[in-house]
Amino acid sequence: MHGHSPAALRDRPSVPDSQKKAGAEILVQAHQIGVQRNGRWLIRGIDLTVRKGEIITLIGPNGSGKSTTVKTVLGVIKPDEGTLTRRPNLRIGYVPQRLAIDWTLPLTVDRLMSLTGRILKAERQAALEDVGISHLAQAEVAALSGGEFQRALLARAMARKPDLLVLDEPVQGVDVAGEAALYALIDQIRHKIGCGILLISHDLHVVMAATDTVLCLNGHMCCSGTPQSVAEDPAYLQLFGPRAASIAVYAHNHDHTHLPDGRVRQNDGRITETCHEPHDHAHANIDDKAGKHVG
Amino acid sequence: MLDDFFTRALIAGIGVALVAGPLGCFVVWRRMAYFGDTLAHSSLLGLALSYLLSINATLSVFLISAIVAISLLFLQRRATLSSDSILGLLSHSALALGLVSIAFLTWIRLDLLGVLFGDILAVSRMDIAVIYGGGAAVLVSLILIWQPLFATTVNRELAEAEGVGPDRINAVFMILLALTIAIAIKVIGVLLITALLIIPAAAARRFATGPEQMAVLAAGIGVLSVVGGLYGSLEWDIPSGPSIVVATFIAFLVSLALPSAILRDRLRRNRQKAAS
Repeated sequence: MHGHSPAALRDRPSVPDSQKKAGAEILVQAHQIGVQRNGRWLIRGIDLTVRKGEIITLIGPNGSGKSTTVKTVLGVIKPDEGTLTRRPNLRIGYVPQRLAIDWTLPLTVDRLMSLTGRILKAERQAALEDVGISHLAQAEVAALSGGEFQRALLARAMARKPDLLVLDEPVQGVDVAGEAALYALIDQIRHKIGCGILLISHDLHVVMAATDTVLCLNGHMCCSGTPQSVAEDPAYLQLFGPRAASIAVYAHNHDHTHLPDGRVRQNDGRITETCHEPHDHAHANIDDKAGKHVG
Repeated sequence: MLDDFFTRALIAGIGVALVAGPLGCFVVWRRMAYFGDTLAHSSLLGLALSYLLSINATLSVFLISAIVAISLLFLQRRATLSSDSILGLLSHSALALGLVSIAFLTWIRLDLLGVLFGDILAVSRMDIAVIYGGGAAVLVSLILIWQPLFATTVNRELAEAEGVGPDRINAVFMILLALTIAIAIKVIGVLLITALLIIPAAAARRFATGPEQMAVLAAGIGVLSVVGGLYGSLEWDIPSGPSIVVATFIAFLVSLALPSAILRDRLRRNRQKAAS
């Protein structure tokens, strides 16, 4: 089912920053796309390529057109200029930024999983286990906390085994520890399913280490490149000011897993009550070390 | 058996309730109660047209409702007024236009009360055939489009991104709604159709743990209300349409008094937490 990308796509210059994956199949490519509403350009001149197995992260201030860009790539918004090329039969998994489930809708997490297509029971279960909420399969979606709901949405999108996974602020409402775990999971997903991932980061200063290319938007393309190179880019620093120098890269080392009942399984197999047992604790949240990236 | 007018009324009412319940769930989920009202009111215009052109009333009501539904779909997308105001404007204009055009048809003696509140005790064998034929068509179509329609109801953009065509699905849903109104109008009347759509669905919500379950429960609650309402109407000699609506309302009140599915769910989760 994985067809070859059209020759026209191959002839275009590839994104230089993702050279290690430059040979991989192109899933979707936007060329100079722009969207106009009421005489105002929401986005303009956006170039974006997502390849198989690659993670692209969009960052930018509020109203910079991150969601508009993503919706255009998804085909929900038609671009007013530029071209969008998608691989035929591209299977998409989407986690939208806002999804309000009205109380009038009786919807369990398990039923949510097969919203846009049938998913086998074993696969629904496996996806929920991957995000750590398999104990909530029969819970009402309206009764979930923000973090649980976000995990359920991620599980739903990945259970589809998509070619392209699009995540609009996937870690909103998730606490710091859960955030790191979700980012680690997103990195695992692309290796497991082999999909390309396009994600919007809710927090400007936190970009996954696993990201291949960061696109910084401000209506137009501000700059793009590896997380480090964007952090050093003068255009990026000008847009976000000196505080922006602390773009943080999540490098998360797992040495334990939290079980649904609140206990903790250490990597050496021990089950403990808390994660602060005497052992090497290697959460590396690098917000304070970020100076070295730009220094 | 069909010789008895009361038996015919029961059969017709049950047929309408079976269709209105599941469709009404979508009206509730999509917050379209006012939309349903607008369609129902426009059916009065359809009735006037059927007398004017001497065509089948059900057909003409269906056509007018379908035209209004589809044009509303487009109007809402490019409108400057809020969709709430547009519906309010059209709903009452349609009702007034219908009443005015019927008043112009001076050569017709029309039972206006029957049109507004339903005349279920006067349903013919032909009416029953139309209700069950049209109703079966609506239910089969609803089952066929259930998955994409439900996905679009939960989140339009998500459904569209993952390959569901929401515009086409929404248009089909509007036509199903128009057809339901056309077959229900004789039984329940122009002013009360929306009640039969949304009240059984609202009553079913508290017992349902899934959308499919809620649709079936709403149909069941609708059937019970029709039977109860009709017997009440026979017993106390009260108009049958309002009597049915009062019965659905009682069913809704009873559902409020009983512990809901969501409460049971919370209790279960808390108990599980306490146990572990």
